[in-house]
Amino acid sequence: MTWDWRVFLNDDGSGRTYLQWMFDAWGWTLSVAGASWVIAMLVGALIGTLRTLPNSPWLVRFSNAWVELFRNVPLLVQIFIWYFVVPKVFPAMKELPSLILVVFALGFFTSARIAEQVRAGVQALPRGQRYAGMAMGFTTLQTYRYVILPMAFRIIIPPLTSESMNLLKNSSVAFAVSIAELTMFAMQAQEETSRGIEIYLAVTALYAVSAFAVNRVMAFVEKKVQIPGFVVAGATGGGH
Amino acid sequence: MFGLDLSFLNWEIISKFVQNGFIFSLQLTVVATLGGIVLGTLLALMRLSGRQVLMIPATIYVNGMRSVPLVMVILWFFLLVPASFYSLIPGGSNYRAEISAIITFVAFEAAYFSEIMRAGIQSISRGQVNAGRALGMTYAQNMKLIILPQAFRNMVPILLTQTIILFQDTSLVYAIGAYDLLKGFSTAGKIYGRPEEAYLLAAVVYFVICYSLSYMVKRLNSRIAIIR
Repeated sequence: MTWDWRVFLNDDGSGRTYLQWMFDAWGWTLSVAGASWVIAMLVGALIGTLRTLPNSPWLVRFSNAWVELFRNVPLLVQIFIWYFVVPKVFPAMKELPSLILVVFALGFFTSARIAEQVRAGVQALPRGQRYAGMAMGFTTLQTYRYVILPMAFRIIIPPLTSESMNLLKNSSVAFAVSIAELTMFAMQAQEETSRGIEIYLAVTALYAVSAFAVNRVMAFVEKKVQIPGFVVAGATGGGH
Repeated sequence: MFGLDLSFLNWEIISKFVQNGFIFSLQLTVVATLGGIVLGTLLALMRLSGRQVLMIPATIYVNGMRSVPLVMVILWFFLLVPASFYSLIPGGSNYRAEISAIITFVAFEAAYFSEIMRAGIQSISRGQVNAGRALGMTYAQNMKLIILPQAFRNMVPILLTQTIILFQDTSLVYAIGAYDLLKGFSTAGKIYGRPEEAYLLAAVVYFVICYSLSYMVKRLNSRIAIIR
């Protein structure tokens, strides 16, 4: 078994080296993951909050159904649904590039997991917090905005960190609809160069570096928003 | 409805295309769960052993597996398992993707199960461990008779949830073309020129299975909670 790292300097047939191609692919991975993360956080925070509303049974039912729907279908199948079925059912969406469809698939898939964490965070707060908000004369919206959510989000930063890292890793599934991200690069470059081990090692290292970076950023955020004296006891997130 | 036509589906298609894929998905889930729990328990014990020689490799293995996407691990094993390995199994060379998928999932899930087991073992109070010691039990006896039975019991709901996730993840063997449940549907969809409907049906089947399983886990959870 001999190494040949010079494979990365070879031309891929379109005037760029495999190294350049790999960094382009890394960019796609980060863009897909980043855009999905924004959708997942926004939708997840909304759905997770709706699930804890005290007097709105229909909103609770709707948001519970949302979570069950997006949690119980494999991500790959969801990506295929967005890619093949959605444009057929809604012809207006035929114009959308597949990148957008994948971002929605990944974002909504992750939103269900984030909603679950948000709900857990809200329910972990003592009931007195809600009563305190009511006693101050806050509306439900104000209670959530000023009392409940700021504390709940601080509690769930550790599980949100692992969900964010999962999101980054899950973006690899986008290869299935030919998004030019890292896994797609790994498969194609492996086939073209027959230097699978070097290619896979490099791609694996980039994934590990990216996941580690996400971890550090979230740790930094956790430290920044920390309230002295408030002990965070977050639940650990499962899955991958 | 919506330009979709589900009428192409009949029992012949199901028995011809979907059934075999479904059986493989189930096999993969069962083997990976059992193998993953056994290997994962070993890894957890290594990490909790307090001996550097055991702790360091187990920690590297678990953290390494957990920081890489499953699709990449599937590709890695498919690349690395030598062709001669498949010929060890009768008829194995026709099922290279499937065999390599099974090895991958056992190795990959072991890392996740080991974290669950580690948390479970650590959740047993020190008093239990000390009580076992005080009775003169060896480390192995203490583990086998006192700690692991309680740890497993605490962990059952999380282990089952992980198994449901595992079942969903088996669809990722798409990357190496193994014939699983999803592949069964997509093959049927391609042959009959109805890919959209096939993917929709696949989603429904996965949803029904995973939703009923997670509902049962929820029921089990509340029953265990009452016992305590």
